[in-house]
Amino acid sequence: MTPPPYAALLGIAIEAEGDGPPVLLLPFGEPVLGRPGFVHGGAIAGLLEMAAIAALDQALQAEGGGRIKPITVTVDYMRGGRERPTRGVGTVTRLGTRIANVEAVAWQDDRARPIAAARLNYLIERP
Amino acid sequence: MTAFDPARFTRLDQYGHGGRLGIRYHAKAEDWVELALPYAADQVGDPSTGVLASGPIVTLMDMATSMAVWTRRGVFAPHATLDLRVDYCRPATPGETVIGRGECYRLARAVAFVRGIAYHRDPADPIAHVAGTFMLMDAPAKQARA
Repeated sequence: MTPPPYAALLGIAIEAEGDGPPVLLLPFGEPVLGRPGFVHGGAIAGLLEMAAIAALDQALQAEGGGRIKPITVTVDYMRGGRERPTRGVGTVTRLGTRIANVEAVAWQDDRARPIAAARLNYLIERP
Repeated sequence: MTAFDPARFTRLDQYGHGGRLGIRYHAKAEDWVELALPYAADQVGDPSTGVLASGPIVTLMDMATSMAVWTRRGVFAPHATLDLRVDYCRPATPGETVIGRGECYRLARAVAFVRGIAYHRDPADPIAHVAGTFMLMDAPAKQARA
């Protein structure tokens, strides 16, 4: 999957790829800064979105591909994102004929202590 | 109500993530604040259509609803987004500026409740609808009740 321009704007890189969904890395820097000392919640939402799309794209490719459109995105913020890299990964909860339910989680130092999580629902248009 | 003026929040388009996306002040009324997100090719989420990614819309609405909270409180005080839900009513049109209108419809002791819409030209034809909550960081912990 070719990362979209928005992923490049955020500076997102694929950190780990294996059998499962890829782990994405969002570097810290002025372009993602929110209130002083913290990553902007919108940039964290962007990372979660890109992680969700990467996971969904991988699952969809295994079934012949298709186009996706976001319907709803809900983000919960648990902790402030501090001045260091943030990682994110998505999980496809259900891949239906027309709808996909996806979850994504973001963390910094410890994956067991997420800084944010999202639920994303997508409309799927299969070829 | 007049102590915080979003129109005079001058560093908005120069600072941090909002600045990187080119988000700037647009308009205000008694109960809402509007910010503008100019279209930019590097914010596209789907290169085949040129439609913006969700992230920039979330950022726009997080900031517009934040401004609405500060306007309603009459003070610029730190708060943290607790949650934010975005419903995509239709895709944004490539090339067009997105306006984000934020409203703080309920201000409690520790929590601000917000909602808003994103649209191009007609608020009655929204691109997205949002609902969210902010934790007020300066609320006294002992009295922290939503």
